[in-house]
Amino acid sequence: MEALKAAAAVVAYPGFVFSAALGMFASWVDRKVTARVQWRVGPPLLQPLYDVVKLLGKETIVPAEGVRWVFLGAPVFALSTATLAATLVWQSQIAPAAQTFVGDVIVALYLLTGPAVALVIGAFASRNPLASVGGSREMKLVLAYELPLTLCILVAVIKAGSLRLGDILLWQAANGAVGASLSGVLACVVAVLCMQAKLGLVPFDVAEAETEIMGGALIEYSGPALAVYKLSRFVMLTALPLLVVATLLGGVRFDAGARGVLLGLGKVVLLWVGATLIRNTNPRVRIDQALLFFWGPMTIVAAAAVVLAMAGL
Amino acid sequence: MSVTLKALTRSIWVFHVAASPCNNCDIEILDCLTPKFDLERFGIQLVGSVRHADALLVTGAVNHKCVPRVKRLYEQMPKPGVVIAVGNCACSMEIFADSYNMAGPLDKVIPVDAYIMGCPPKPEAMIEAVVALVGKLRS
Repeated sequence: MEALKAAAAVVAYPGFVFSAALGMFASWVDRKVTARVQWRVGPPLLQPLYDVVKLLGKETIVPAEGVRWVFLGAPVFALSTATLAATLVWQSQIAPAAQTFVGDVIVALYLLTGPAVALVIGAFASRNPLASVGGSREMKLVLAYELPLTLCILVAVIKAGSLRLGDILLWQAANGAVGASLSGVLACVVAVLCMQAKLGLVPFDVAEAETEIMGGALIEYSGPALAVYKLSRFVMLTALPLLVVATLLGGVRFDAGARGVLLGLGKVVLLWVGATLIRNTNPRVRIDQALLFFWGPMTIVAAAAVVLAMAGL
Repeated sequence: MSVTLKALTRSIWVFHVAASPCNNCDIEILDCLTPKFDLERFGIQLVGSVRHADALLVTGAVNHKCVPRVKRLYEQMPKPGVVIAVGNCACSMEIFADSYNMAGPLDKVIPVDAYIMGCPPKPEAMIEAVVALVGKLRS
C-alpha cells in the first residue's frame, strides 16, 4: 500500500502529471508575456499541450552514426530525474513534518542536475557536430551555475540549521522567510539568475542558441523523444522555482489553508514572470561571459551571503 | 482523425528551406512572424532544425545544385509533414524557366502540398495558404 501510494505520488500528484501541467502553464505564461511585451496576441492557453501531443505522433529519427540507446535513453533520464526532484520538493511542502528526510535538500539539488547531464549525454550520442558544440557548452554552464546555486541554498540551510526541506519550511513559518534577511536578499538575487541558466532561458541559452547552432544539443531530436525532453523542461519549470520558493521565499504553506497555498503559488508565478522579463530584455551572452559571470560576481555575492548568514544577518 | 494529427494542425513548426531564392520571399516569410501578423497565435513557429519541422517552406528557383539538398531536407523531416512552395520561382520557375541550370518547379523534385503564388507573396497570401492546408489536413 505504501509503495502504491509513493508510486501515485511520483506519477500523478504532486509528481509528473501535476508538475508537468503546472510547467505547461508556466511555458504558456512565458510565451504569452513575451508576446505582450512584443505587442502581439500570443498563443492560446493549451499551446504547450498541442505541441507535446503533436510531437508524440511524429516519427522519431535516430542518426545513423549515433548511439541508439543512449540517444533515446537520455530524454527518459531527464524526465525521470526532473519528476523525482519535483515530487521530493512538493512532498516537503505538503507534509513538512512527515514526508521529508535529513539531506533531502542535497538530493533535490543533485536530481535537478539530471536533466542538464542528460542533455549533454544525448547531444554527444547523436554525433552531430552542432549538437556536440551545444553539449560542451551545457557542460560548462552546469559547472558555472552549480556553485553559486548551492551556496544560495546553503544560506537557507545555515539559517534554519537543518538539511531537511521540511525543517527549512517550518523554520521560515516561525521566523519569517529567509529572503527577508540581508543574506537572504543576496541569495535570492543569485538564485534567480542561476535559475535562468538552469532553465536554459535567454541570456543563458548558449547550449541551444537557435540562431547560432540551430537548437544545439536538441538538433537531432524529433518526435516522441523531443516530446519527452519538452516534458522534462516543463517539470523543471515547476521544480526549480518551487525549490527557490521553498528554501528562500517562505515556501508553499499547505498547513495555512487556501491562502497559504495561493500565496506560495503566487511566488512561483512571480518567479516565472521575472524569468520571462529577464529573457525578453537581454541578448544572449557567450559561454565565456556566462562562465565569468557565474564564477566571478555571482559566486562572490553568494559567498558573501553565506558569511552573512553565519554571522546571523 | 487522430488526436496527434489534430494537434499538428494547431502547432505547425516551420522550417525554412532556401533553394536559391532572391531573398524577397524570405523577408515576406519573416513578416508573418512580426507583431502585425503574429502567426504564433495559431501555434506556428519558426524552428532552427529540420528534425523539429512539420512544414517545409521552400523558396527560390530550384536548380541542379539545390536538388540533392532539397531532397535530403525533405527526407530528414519527421513525418507526417507538409511541403509548401512559396513564391512564383518555387511554383513555376518564373522568369528562370528557360535557364540552363533549372531542375524544374519544386513539385518535380519533392511532393508539394500547397502553392503560394506571388513575387513575393504577401503575408496575407501565406496565411491563407496555411489556413487552406490546415483545412485539407482536417478533412
